Amino acid sequence: MTPATAPAALAPRPDRRAQWLLVGLAVALTMFIVVVPLIYIFWRALSEGLGVFAQNILAPDTLHAIWLTSVVAVITLPVNLAIGIAAAWLIARFTFPGRKLLLTIIELPFSISPIIAGVCYLLLYGRQGLLGPVLAAGDIKILFALPGIVMVTLFVTSPFVAREVLPLMQAQGSEQEQAALTLGASGWQIFRLVTLPNIRWALLYGAVLATARAVGEFGAVSVVSGAIRGQTNTLPLQIELLFNDLNTVGAFAAATTLTLIALMVLVVKTVIEGRTR
Amino acid sequence: MSLVISHLARRFGATQVLRGIDLTVDQGELIALLGPSGSGKTTLLRIIAGLDWPDAGGLSFDGADWLAKSAAERRIGFVFQHYALFPHMTVRDNIAFGLSVLPRSDRPAKAQIASTVDGLLSFLQIEGLADRYPAELSGGQRQRVALGRAMAINPRVLLLDEPFGALDAQVRRDLRRWLRGVHDSAGTTSIFVTHDQEEAFELADRVVVMNGGVIEQTGHPDEIYDHPATSFVARFLGLTVEVPVTMRAGRAQAAGIDLSALPRRAMADGPATLFLRPADILPVPDPQAPFRVTEIASTGALLRVVAQDDAGCRIEAEVPRREGRDLRKGQPVALRPAAGQIFPGGPQTAAVPIQTPMTLKEARP
Repeated sequence: MTPATAPAALAPRPDRRAQWLLVGLAVALTMFIVVVPLIYIFWRALSEGLGVFAQNILAPDTLHAIWLTSVVAVITLPVNLAIGIAAAWLIARFTFPGRKLLLTIIELPFSISPIIAGVCYLLLYGRQGLLGPVLAAGDIKILFALPGIVMVTLFVTSPFVAREVLPLMQAQGSEQEQAALTLGASGWQIFRLVTLPNIRWALLYGAVLATARAVGEFGAVSVVSGAIRGQTNTLPLQIELLFNDLNTVGAFAAATTLTLIALMVLVVKTVIEGRTR
Repeated sequence: MSLVISHLARRFGATQVLRGIDLTVDQGELIALLGPSGSGKTTLLRIIAGLDWPDAGGLSFDGADWLAKSAAERRIGFVFQHYALFPHMTVRDNIAFGLSVLPRSDRPAKAQIASTVDGLLSFLQIEGLADRYPAELSGGQRQRVALGRAMAINPRVLLLDEPFGALDAQVRRDLRRWLRGVHDSAGTTSIFVTHDQEEAFELADRVVVMNGGVIEQTGHPDEIYDHPATSFVARFLGLTVEVPVTMRAGRAQAAGIDLSALPRRAMADGPATLFLRPADILPVPDPQAPFRVTEIASTGALLRVVAQDDAGCRIEAEVPRREGRDLRKGQPVALRPAAGQIFPGGPQTAAVPIQTPMTLKEARP
């Protein structure tokens, strides 16, 4: 930390060379790894003019991909919130056999490659999979349809909310909830009036991270969706498809929408971080 | 209208925290649960509150079995050591909480809740803080808000866990007097937990001294101070000097110590241990005496004098500085205690903290 007052006249002159070297290195790395590629996406997307850009964005398949991705995000968010709060509450407030195990299971999706999650679903719900005959008999379609995409996205995004909320609940302890209990509040009142306001920013932060991931998820979804154009193609899959079709402008145009969503999420996240500190 | 606790026992894993607590608290009493950390006093308070349940024993209030009731049904006021105020609510909303969560049929009208809160705010002398948030208050102010929040539901019993533990010495003393006033004018039965004997003695009508999950002694502060019932209570209350003595015909005898000021005791002849407060011991210069002054240190108002005999018996005394003017290092002195407590048994048995309730009962005079 820099002192508020100027250094005294007799203080030794600090050697700032190492400092500047590190700052320069960090700036250079950020530029070439993050900033330049990001700008380049917009550059390429707009390289043939706004008209072509708009035409590509409004292409039916791309529009459908944007729609599908939004639907997946909207469905997964409340489920994620519910799972995250329940898990964090359970682990922070109760001791029971298997508590450590539950904590590990919640974090499991972080350490498993999304593509493995996709393959697991394929093996379980696919036509030749374990539950395939049962699902076929009941005429339930999970794979290559919306349910499969939603489920696999949930698998990948489920740890975010609990991971944000749990440390906060553990740090705050349960005294406030006990106080509310002695004051006559019911379980639901305690949750709504005491617990929820205390964790709201962590909850929102976790939700933002989970949504960002849900929107951008590629690996797991690509396995289970079947990538049917205009039907089960989410935005990231659509971008890859356009790219493979050598429609660079189309791919980059679609990518700009995803990037804009990501940037918006980043802004929201930064604002929330400001509130929580 | 009294709270009756009978044979209460509680175990946490392998630790027996409460080993048979019996206590009756009368309406309007202010009780202090005094003891070192780990004595079980907070566990007892939490069981009374309904935040914890015992493994055995009974708890009833006014004839009703409280162990069958939830914390909310008992209608107690609990003040937490770290206040546990709701940080996202103003002082006003914190105090109104217990009233605003009542079922719609029992809930007072908004205006009535507001007037109750206003009444409490002025009663607790924090009118100016109504619209502040807990983060904007000092420790003492938070304590008052926590008390107001607990009192808003008109509790049957007010329970306070180390109410002044987190405050500095000056605020502590002020709040102590203030709390006594609040208790007297509200008339609620109150129980508070503390490890500070000064706090317990100044504030409480009755002090309950706890150690190792049992009640060592219950009584009026003066009674406990003058007549500690067990060697634990004696040590805990500052009778830190332990001298081996011999009982003969009801009088204690020890070489070089003039025990004529102590009353006769109905105690069998034999070895015993005398417990003394350093401030009750006066060293008197005496060329024949076996004790020699080995250390003198001034703490301002007092002199700390250490005297030792050839057998290695080391006794610490506190003397007002004016009275100790004539004392010199190396000087032979006789010791003249003004008051003390005698327990049967030699120093070896007395020095080991007594573990089981059985022996404690035997140790009572």
